[in-house]
Amino acid sequence: METFRSHVMICGGTGCHSSGSGDLIKAFEEQIKGNGLDKEVKVVRTGCFGLCEVGPIVVIYPEGAFYSRVKAEDVKEIVEEHLLKGRIVKHLLYHDSINENSGDIKSLNEVNFYKKQKRIALKNCGIIDPENIDEYLAFDGYKALTKVLTEMTPEEVIKTVKDSGLRGRGGAGFPTGLKWDFCYKAKGDKKYVLCNADEGDPGAFMDRSVLEGDPLAVIEAMTIAGYAIGSDQGFIYVRAEYPIAVQRLQHAIKQAREYGLLGKNILETGFDFDLEVRLGAGAFVCGEETALMRSIEGKRGEPRPRPPFPANQGLFEKPTLLNNVETYANITQIILNGADWFSAIGTEKSKGTKVFALGGKINNTGLVEIPMGMTLREVLFDVGGGIPNGKKFKAAQTGGPSGGCIPTSKLDIPIDYDSLVSIGSMMGSGGLIVMDEDNCMVDIARFFMEFIVEESCGKCAPCRIGTKRMKEILDRIVAGKGVEGDIEKLEELGNMLKESALCGLGQTAPNPVLSTIRYFRDEYEAHIKDKRCPAGVCKGLMRYTIIADKCKSCGICAKNCPVSCISGEKKVPYVIDQDKCIKCGQCMEKCPFGAIELK
Amino acid sequence: MKSIKDLEAIRNKTLEDVNLRKDRKGTRVVVGMATCGIAAGARPVLLALMDEVQKRGLKDVTVAQTGCIGVCRLEPMVEVYTPGEEKVTYVSVTADMVPRIVTEHIVNGNPVMEYTIGAAENNTDKK
Ligand SMILES: Cc1cc2nc3c(=O)[nH]c(=O)nc-3n(C[C@H](O)[C@H](O)[C@H](O)COP(=O)(O)O)c2cc1C
Repeated sequence: METFRSHVMICGGTGCHSSGSGDLIKAFEEQIKGNGLDKEVKVVRTGCFGLCEVGPIVVIYPEGAFYSRVKAEDVKEIVEEHLLKGRIVKHLLYHDSINENSGDIKSLNEVNFYKKQKRIALKNCGIIDPENIDEYLAFDGYKALTKVLTEMTPEEVIKTVKDSGLRGRGGAGFPTGLKWDFCYKAKGDKKYVLCNADEGDPGAFMDRSVLEGDPLAVIEAMTIAGYAIGSDQGFIYVRAEYPIAVQRLQHAIKQAREYGLLGKNILETGFDFDLEVRLGAGAFVCGEETALMRSIEGKRGEPRPRPPFPANQGLFEKPTLLNNVETYANITQIILNGADWFSAIGTEKSKGTKVFALGGKINNTGLVEIPMGMTLREVLFDVGGGIPNGKKFKAAQTGGPSGGCIPTSKLDIPIDYDSLVSIGSMMGSGGLIVMDEDNCMVDIARFFMEFIVEESCGKCAPCRIGTKRMKEILDRIVAGKGVEGDIEKLEELGNMLKESALCGLGQTAPNPVLSTIRYFRDEYEAHIKDKRCPAGVCKGLMRYTIIADKCKSCGICAKNCPVSCISGEKKVPYVIDQDKCIKCGQCMEKCPFGAIELK
Repeated sequence: MKSIKDLEAIRNKTLEDVNLRKDRKGTRVVVGMATCGIAAGARPVLLALMDEVQKRGLKDVTVAQTGCIGVCRLEPMVEVYTPGEEKVTYVSVTADMVPRIVTEHIVNGNPVMEYTIGAAENNTDKK
């Protein structure tokens, strides 16, 4: 095999891909060829580096130079200067990757964004070519499966996973080893291993990034799980909206089959296991375990009551193990480095790391992996780089439509399963949306409830009807038509729903509403009692008013008002009748003097 | 279908290639490749170095390039950085000199003194 003196790693994750990294790959290849460097320099398309905010990202080794926001026009300069002449193009580097004092470039681990991160699940993302199984092998790939098949009994594998303290990363945080043990002990002629890559939370892209950046880590872990519980067949349920992830998974499965790492008699040990991809159509409820299994069976994706639990009666009524993508992505590391290594990371009851997709009002939008127990403040302000435009932090939302908002007073809470639940939120699968003073908390709650109403499958009445009623109340509050007692009604309905809904979707749906009421009750009251949206977001509560000083009494606004609610006379500023105003904004648009404001 | 041995072989072979993405430790060999270096023939030197390092399967060695090292009349120049040791600078390097630099210096730890900048400057002083 050829070796190259330099590798140009170009992010092929979804974020960078959509900001044009595909063209960059072409441009680099052309320029490298044009300069006669194609035998010395290799271009590699990788998975996500995490700093999506400044994408497309290009990292050049061996220097580890971190170029950000690279445009096709920059490629010529990078190739001619850096690759041909060895001069790093400093003005194109990510600003924080240059040491201010010495002017030298920092290694990636010293950059603020990466310094406090600990990468286990994302260990290979951005480092390897996800479409090249040989590179996966070189970064310790399939060492864990080899160890498991040649040195460990299924019981030992399960004990290791149990001892590691790993808990499910899909939301609920169920102990993974225990789940494996249930499936191992379940009786059945056939068992299945499933991977949940449905990832339906708005704004979440953790699992997507793992599949795009390191698909074989999930495939290897599922094979290990198959050995542990006694299964020879697995399915990865991934949403069809993730075309890059699906394509890389399929490619990885093909390569693993060619190497005999899936199929019959794996590594000549007599163990059989194979995998297939199943595409989901993107219904949120299909991420729920029983609905997911129905969907794989080709039936309508609806949940069913438990018990029986899937460990005993799951897919096709057979014992079935279901884990989340990120849960699996930890397994090979646990096998290779041992349970003690893993359980030394994190807190007493939450071991290891968690991947979060940072979004909303935060400087470093992107993907981060942090050790459990880090405070929310550190995640947002040290890793995330704080709130843009000098605005004030208001709340962070974890757990998506099932989770809750965390206010400023709880910024120092350690991020672990139990602490987050204790303050009315939850870990969730890793969406972390940041809100600043310009966000209206009632509007946020309404947004999530709207999402739930659309995604409720309709099978059980509490969820089908209850979420709809809650949304109607929220709708009228943001429209300025809220009435006294609405907050109490929301609380009552919410608590009822929590108790009575069939599945997790309905049971957790009230969380965003209840948690915003808990911490931002004053905002709800302002909407209802004062008919005022403190953040200035809710259109229905905004008023068009005429600034008397600026009004020249020309009457253009009155002429254009479709409901004739503006009146006035010469030399006297005009006035808008707020009761009649329909808030169409015509007056403001037409006023030649900028004398009309919206507040 | 691959055996455990086959996987290990692929792993080792690929490692040679991907090693340079891992944390920088080990020896770093840098060739001056600004215009002056390229004009003086730095490219064949770079290729010879890569070739030699690969032939010997040296895993902890990276070959990279840098800009003008500063003494253009002594190009092509090659610098060898070994952790914990002083940098050694070779001057007027040709591809023929590369095997000795790699064997004696990088593998065995004895810099080839006669190729170094110190030796070259002593010579010019005498003239
Ligand atoms: C409405 C709903 C949606 C869910 N969506 C997902 C999802 O997208 N991904 C996921 O891994 N788990 C999701 N879950 C959780 C799964 O039901 C299940 O607990 C999880 O996949 C188990 O894997 P883990 O133990 O590795 O976390 C969802 C649950 C509910 C109730």
